[in-house]
Parts: sequence; structure tokens; C-alpha cells
Amino acid sequence: MDWGFILERTLSAMIGPEVVVYALAAVGLNVHFGYTGLMNFGQVGFMAAGAYGMGITVFWFGWSFWVGLLFTFVYGAVLALILGLPTLRLRADYLSLVTIAASETIRIVARSRVMKPVTGGAEGIDAFAKPFYDLSPFELGDFYRLGPFKFLGRDVWMLVVGWIVLVAVTLLVSQLMKSPWGRALRAIREDEDAARALGKNAYSYKMQSLMLGGLIGALAGLLQVIQKASVQADTFNPVITFTIWAILIIGGPGRVWSPIVGSMIYWTIIVFVENTLRQLPAGTRTNLESWINLSDFNIGMLRFILVGLGLLLLARYRPQGIFGSREEMALDRR
Amino acid sequence: MLRIRGSARGWRRATALTFLACPAAVGAALMLASPVSAAADGSDTTTSTVADGADAAGLGVVGTIEIVKADGSKSPIAGVVISVVGAGEATTAEDGSFRIPVPAPGDYEVELDVATLPDGVGLKAPDRNPLATTVSQDGDKRVIFPLIEGDTVVTTESSVSARRFFQLTLEGLKLGLYLAMAAIGLSLIFGTTGLVNFAHAELVSFGALMTYFFNFYGLAGVIGFLAPLPGPFGDGVNFIFATILGMLSGGVLGWAMNRWVFRPARHSGVSLLAQMLMTIGGSILLRYVFVYLFTGKFRTYRDYSAQRASTFLGLELTQKDMVAMSVSVVVLLVVGWVLLRTRTGRAMRAVSDNKDLAEASGIDVERVISQVWIFGAALAALSGAFFGFEQVKWDLGFRILLLVFAAVTLGGLGTAFGALVGALIVGVAINLSTLVIDSELKNMVALLVLVVALMVRPQGILGRRERIG
Amino acid sequence: MTAADAVAIRATGVVKTFGGLKAVDVERIVIPKGRITALIGPNGAGKTTFFNLLSGFDKVDSGTIELDGEDITGMPPHRLAAKGMVRTFQLTKVLSKMSTLENLKLGALGQRGENFFVALFRGLWADQEAAIERRADALLERFNLGHMRDEFAGTMSGGQRKLLELARAMMTDPQVIMLDEPMAGVNPALAQSLLEPIKSLRDEGRTVVFVEHNMDVVREIADRVIVMSEGRVIAEGTPEEIRTNRAVVDAYLGTHRGTESDGGGAQ
Repeated sequence: MDWGFILERTLSAMIGPEVVVYALAAVGLNVHFGYTGLMNFGQVGFMAAGAYGMGITVFWFGWSFWVGLLFTFVYGAVLALILGLPTLRLRADYLSLVTIAASETIRIVARSRVMKPVTGGAEGIDAFAKPFYDLSPFELGDFYRLGPFKFLGRDVWMLVVGWIVLVAVTLLVSQLMKSPWGRALRAIREDEDAARALGKNAYSYKMQSLMLGGLIGALAGLLQVIQKASVQADTFNPVITFTIWAILIIGGPGRVWSPIVGSMIYWTIIVFVENTLRQLPAGTRTNLESWINLSDFNIGMLRFILVGLGLLLLARYRPQGIFGSREEMALDRR
Repeated sequence: MLRIRGSARGWRRATALTFLACPAAVGAALMLASPVSAAADGSDTTTSTVADGADAAGLGVVGTIEIVKADGSKSPIAGVVISVVGAGEATTAEDGSFRIPVPAPGDYEVELDVATLPDGVGLKAPDRNPLATTVSQDGDKRVIFPLIEGDTVVTTESSVSARRFFQLTLEGLKLGLYLAMAAIGLSLIFGTTGLVNFAHAELVSFGALMTYFFNFYGLAGVIGFLAPLPGPFGDGVNFIFATILGMLSGGVLGWAMNRWVFRPARHSGVSLLAQMLMTIGGSILLRYVFVYLFTGKFRTYRDYSAQRASTFLGLELTQKDMVAMSVSVVVLLVVGWVLLRTRTGRAMRAVSDNKDLAEASGIDVERVISQVWIFGAALAALSGAFFGFEQVKWDLGFRILLLVFAAVTLGGLGTAFGALVGALIVGVAINLSTLVIDSELKNMVALLVLVVALMVRPQGILGRRERIG
Repeated sequence: MTAADAVAIRATGVVKTFGGLKAVDVERIVIPKGRITALIGPNGAGKTTFFNLLSGFDKVDSGTIELDGEDITGMPPHRLAAKGMVRTFQLTKVLSKMSTLENLKLGALGQRGENFFVALFRGLWADQEAAIERRADALLERFNLGHMRDEFAGTMSGGQRKLLELARAMMTDPQVIMLDEPMAGVNPALAQSLLEPIKSLRDEGRTVVFVEHNMDVVREIADRVIVMSEGRVIAEGTPEEIRTNRAVVDAYLGTHRGTESDGGGAQ
């Protein structure tokens, strides 16, 4: 077994593109759930909206990348409005029904043949990210090494931009949550009726929160497709939403840095487990494959099994995150 | 307000009866219908799953591209390009035939290049192109692309006929009936516990997978060394019995989920929102355990899989669907009877209606919740078994989850009869929508129904307005 | 009530039904300004529903509600708060995972920093925030909650929660303050510490309306009493007049016999 290789992969994964994209999406979900208590089960829908805001602008309208950047936000905001209008006056669970349904519908519509001229159908859209990579000060095809990390030049550029965006957005959210605006959101999370009785327009605040978190999700979707250099409907699978939920709960909802911490922990575990299993000595691998059906395909499925199990156990035993205090949990259960 | 009294023994008996009555009703109904099914069985091209020693090198996808004229004669079409993603492509010969070799058994996508069809000829089912298919080790896989005269687009416009309308309505009712069985459980679990069970979709998949499993491997397939035994132990059992066994397994899974996961969570004060997250976690866990064990391929049941639709009053329906629809109606009537006439059912409704009041009038709420899980999961499993007619797949349930949500919300979350009404409306609406929109997009209608229902009447058709504050 | 009394709230012909049952059917209720008015009645009399209607948490089927002569029927609660009418809840709604101070600061109306775009720039709201904090600290001292300032509100006892809700409501500087069972769930020994603050509200010229079961409390602090039964007003007057009112006694005894096991609004 090549432990050096496994270690290198794992360390690189700790700061890699996936960490940035998922952490950013989780920052958006943190605004929704962590600070406002909104049950958004369709964060991947906002990511798709952001991705297609770029993709459709370049592919269908034939406009530039920079106009696409604007439309990333337009699509995200419009989706938030559409989802929020019918649900935010109702009980919390209706939002979850509509968001999960909408995110899956977006995927199905985007990959349909009818929409192929607009969205590229199942094959998707590529060749839109060039203006982004043209700005790169790094040689796109070269490998760069910094300490234990090793990345391709194009990924280094994406990571530099991605981490700057991620930290900037996190700080912005942190500032907002310390303001009276953020206080109103947290009050709505704790008790919507109390906030309403004290003169806060809960519906309006929830809509603002849904939009802010949705826009951040759209930005995450944009980063993802820039990194992959293609917009593909099937990458916006509902299970992504729940990976993001798992990440948020690992870190602890309602904490500023939890999306980043959660994302790093999640990807470190996944990459370590997968690479270790794939690197097992041939004999052990064959045995495992015959005993527990551990094929290459199934190693890929393990991460989702872990997400499901993790979500189930965290929601049951540690809804405050793995760093959350027991006191806080006690307050929840009152 | 219901006043329900009863000894513990009475409770147990009622539960057991309810639990047994449903599969028994399915069995009885299927048996009555089985001569029809058996007749169809003759034409069934039953294939065994694994045939040892087949030469993998000789595998391919084959077919004949031909058009059936109005007078019944067939005319082959040459020069049509067919491709198999990841394997290669071929052009049809003079007799319309083609063969594309594939490297290994597995799932493939076969696509017909519509541009190479002659003018005036189109695909009958454009949504089935590309066509997903599975090549087994047994040999060549035959695929069919049914063609019709007239371009597809033109056809769609000109075919808004009465016949098509009724055909779609019929298919909508079929979808609605199957959906209803899945939706009732979801609604009742919500009614009694306040929990939206996102893992309900997996209970539907579980029903299809277990039915498939019993259909192929019988009762003892799980335990390797018993596999060589003859049926019903080693070999598969007939689909009818497999369905009943699938339903029972579903009930057991429902019971277990409540007993070992959600009941302890309720008792230790886990909030409803956290419980909802738990159902999501459970849903993903189960779904990916299914794909781990079952692989991503889709499969078909061993029995009745190659039935052709028969025509009745100008409407087409396969016999198995006819039987399954009748069974669904019977089952739903039984469910209605149980809910309205039996003590168990009345208790379920009473708890859904007002938990505290029900508890105060002496109902053992926990027992009712357990019954609802068993009952709802068994119904979901039956629905899954029927949805599996088209294809049995690991995420079969998740694909219809959106429809179930729309049905339950439209009917009124928490009301069993609302779920039934909602499911029928959603089923018919989705199918009729293909008169105007592409069938690939038809599930969008469910989202539309969901959103409109929430805006116009959030409590649902049969729900009551709730008090706020 | 004398003619000289100004009117704070006037409800006319207010009807609310739930599932065919008339929960509230009030021909006319007038709540005088600057007084403490108690709303009493047996379980299921419709007091809390009426309260919800007044405070905008529920919509009337028909009828009008006026605040200071202005029609406020169907107005959402957050706008009522801006008009100087605030309520508390029978089951206290403290914001558990926020500090006591934050709970109070939330109550202040007209905060510039509650606008999303203003919130982005700290300089635009920092001064106002400091002023709000001073007011909050003063109220915490007045309600004897100073020592809980930085604790999570969820750690408070039942009595402290009631005080917190009262103090938080005071942050809106209300003209009308509506208390839904302010003594419910409070240790009787502490009840007295809640009565004084309520009386002091009246002394500041504010209008107080409260729902209460405990007749001793009503007698001690209420200027006027309105008695409801089965959704209707059956009597009005001073506490002394009500005590001897035959209809009231009947209503209480009559319903008490019938609804012994009924949980009513308690939970």
C-alpha cells in the first residue's frame, strides 16, 4: 500500500476545490437553517440555478462570461422568490417539500431533450470558462507544489479565487449576523411568533434570508462548474443537498466557521477512506470484493452511505454539531 | 370525538388482523385474476439471471428498424444510424436489421439518430430514445424502436384525439392508484407523529426490490447454502407470492424503523425538525445501500415481464396492469374499510385528528403509531411492487417521491382519504399534461400542483384550517 | 366605565368560528385607556382566541377592531407593534439560544440596522445600537434581571421568563400591552414580584389587558373585568361587581362540572 500517495491525496483534499464549493454552499444553507431555521432541502437547486445562469447566458444567448456572472445571481434570486412566495407563510415543513421537489425538477428539465438548445440537455454545456482561466497567473497545465499540497495550475487559480470568495462571504455573513438584521433572523429561528409580536415582519425576513443563502448557493454552483469547466444537469443530484446538510451539521449550524470546518472534515474522511480502500493490496481487495461486494463502483457509493448514516446519527445525537455543547442541546429540547 | 375502549388483547387481535388482512386481500384478488395472468405467462420469454459459460465476446445489441403500416404490413427501413454509447454504432441493412457488438454485459444506452429516418417517419415514443437497456451474459439483447408514419412533432399535435385523451386518463388512473398506496402511509405517519417521512420513497423501492428478490431467489436465497433447494426455498416464487412477501417485508421494515429509530428519538425529545433530518439521512442510507447490494442496473420481474398490451374499447393496457389496478382498488377499499369501520382504523384517524384528545380517551398512541408505520410501509411496498412492472431499480421510489408529495399536499397532509384523492388527481393531471407538453417534462406538473395547492389551499382539499398561535 | 374614559381598543361584532363552532362571538368590547383590564372566563371561553384576534395572530370572520379610533382589523402583528400594541404569550416565548440582553434588544422598534443593506455597514447603526443597549440594561435592572444579562434566555426559570417577556415587550415602548396569563406557571411565591411591574405600567399611563384565571390576582390589580363564556361577553364591571354577579358564578360552576377532564388551553 502506498501510504505516501494516500496521505498526499488526503492532505490535498483538505483544501481542494470540493471543500471550497461545498463549504460555500453550506454557508448559504447556514444562513437558511443555522440562522433562520428554514428547512431548505434543495440547496443543490440554487447551485444549479447559479451554474445555468452562467451556462445559458454563454451557450444560448451567446453573451460573455462576465454577463453570465451577473445572471448567476439573477437566477438564484428568482428561484428564491419562486420557492419562498408559496411556502414562507406556512409551517416549516412545506418549504422542505417544495425545495426538494424544485431542485429535482430543475435537474430533470435541464437535462431534457426539449431544453437541449438552451441547456445543452444531458450532455450539458462546456467551453464557457475560458475568460476565467485566461486571467490565471499560473500555468494551467503545470503542477504546483507547496509543502504537502500538489495541484494543477488551473486548480491553483481556482483555489486562490475560491478561497478568497469563501472567506469573504463567510466574513460578510458573520458581520450580518451580528447586526440587528441578523438578530431578527435568529429570533425568527427561535420563535417566529415572538418575533412577529415584537414588530418584526417574519415573512419578509425569511424571504431575505432565503435569497441571501440562495445567492451564496448559486455562487457555489458557479464555482463548481468553473472548476469542472462544464455545466451538467446530473451533477446537481439531490444527494448533494444532503451532503451539504451533513457538512453543516458536522460543523454545527448557526456558527460562522462551521461550513468550512465541516467541509474539510467531510472531504478528508471521504478521500482518505476511498483512497485507502482503492489502494488495498490486491489479495485483500479481491477478498473484500467477494465477501462484501466491494467493487470500484461500490467504493464510490460508500460516501453516500456514510452521508446518510452520518446525517441520521448527527440529527439524532448531535444536532448542535460535533463541537456543540450539551448545554445548547438541552436548550433545544427544553 | 371518538370514545374507544378495549382490552389489550382486543388491541393485539385487531392489529394482527389488520396487518394480515391486507396481504391476504392482495393474494385473494391476485389469485382470482391469475388465470388471466397465467395465460399471458405462456408468451413470456423468461430468462434466467446468470447463465454460466456464456461467451461474453459475442454479445451485442440487435434489432430491426421497420415501420408497421396501417394495413398491418411491415416495411423495413435501411440506412438508419443506431449507436450504443461507449460501444459503437451501426447502420441498418436492407432488411432493417442492425447489430452493434458490446464489450461486456452491463447497462447501455442505445440511441437512434432521428435525422437518419426517412421523411414522414418518426418515433412512436420519442422519450424512449436513447433507450436504456441491459445486456446480460446470455447473448444478444434485442431492442425495439417502434416507428409511426408522420413526424413525431406533427403526431403530437394531431393526436389530441378523444382516444388519446381516454388512454392518457386510464394511464393516469393507473399511476394515481399506485401513488395512492404510497401516499396514504406518508399522510398517516404525518398525521399521527407530525413527521414528514422523507424515507417513505425508500419503503416504496424496498417493496419493489424485495418482490424482485423473492421472485428470483425464493425464501432461502439469502442464505447461500440453501440456494440449491427447489422453490419456494431456493428457486424463486411466483410474482403473486413474491408481492405478498414483499409487502410483509415492507411492513417489517416500517415497524423496525419506528421501533428502533423514530420511537426512541421521540421519547428522548428530539425535535420534529431534527427527526425530519433523520428521515432524510435514513432515506439516503437506504437508497445507497440498495444500490450497493442491487447495483445501478434496472431489472424486470421474472413473471409477466414481456406482456403486450391488449386492447379494450380502443384503450390499451397490459393484463398485469389491469390486474394490478383491480388489486389496488380492492386494497384501497380495504384500507378505507379498515379506517372507517375497524377499531384500529378509527384509532388511527383519532390520533391523526387530535393526539392529546385521543390519548385522553384511552387510546394507546404509541401502539397506533406503530400500526401506522407497519400499515403505511406495507402499502408503500405494494405500490413499489406494482411500479416495478416497468423496471425495478434502486431509486424507483425516489423518482416518484415528488409525485407523492404533491398528492399528499393536494389532498391535505395528514388525511388518508385526502392522499387518495390527491394521488388520483396528480396521476391523471400528469398524464394528461403530455397532450400539451413533452412527456419528459411531465413530472414538472407535480411541482406545479404542489405550489398551486400551497398558494390556494395550503390545508389541502380534505384538510382543515389550522389554528395559528 | 365613565364617559370621561378614553377608549384604547374597541371591538364590534367580532365573530370567529373553528370547524362550525363559534369560538368568539362578541357584540361589543371596549377597553379603556390607561387602565388595567382583566379578561376572565372558564376554560374554552374564547379568551385566548379573542386575544389572538386583537393582536393580529388570527383573522376575524367578521367584525371590526379599532385601536385609538383607527381600524386595525386584519392587520398583521408586526404592524400592530409599530402602532404601539404588543402582546406576550401564555406559554412564554423566550428566544432560548439568544442572551437575555439580545432578547431585549430585539424588542426595540425602528432599528435602522434591521434593513439588510444598512446592516452591511456597521457605522450606520452602531450609535443607535448603543442607545438600545442602554435602554435594555435599564429595563433589565428595573425587572430584576440584571444578573441574567449575558446568559442564554433558555436557562431561565418560569418566573424569570415571564419577566423577560414583559421587559422585552416594554422595549417597544407600547401604549397597549396585552398579557396572556402572566401568572400561569409561576411559583405563587414569585407572583407578587410580577404584580408590581404590571401595576407600574399603568402608572406610566399605559393600557394593560390581561387574561387570567387566578381571581385573587384579578381583584388585586384589575380596574375593570370582562367575563367571557362560550365566546360571548356575559358580564363587565369592577372586580367587586363581578364577584357578586350571578351569571358569572353560574358560568364558572356550570362549566367546571362539564369539562373536568378537558385539558383546555393548558399543555
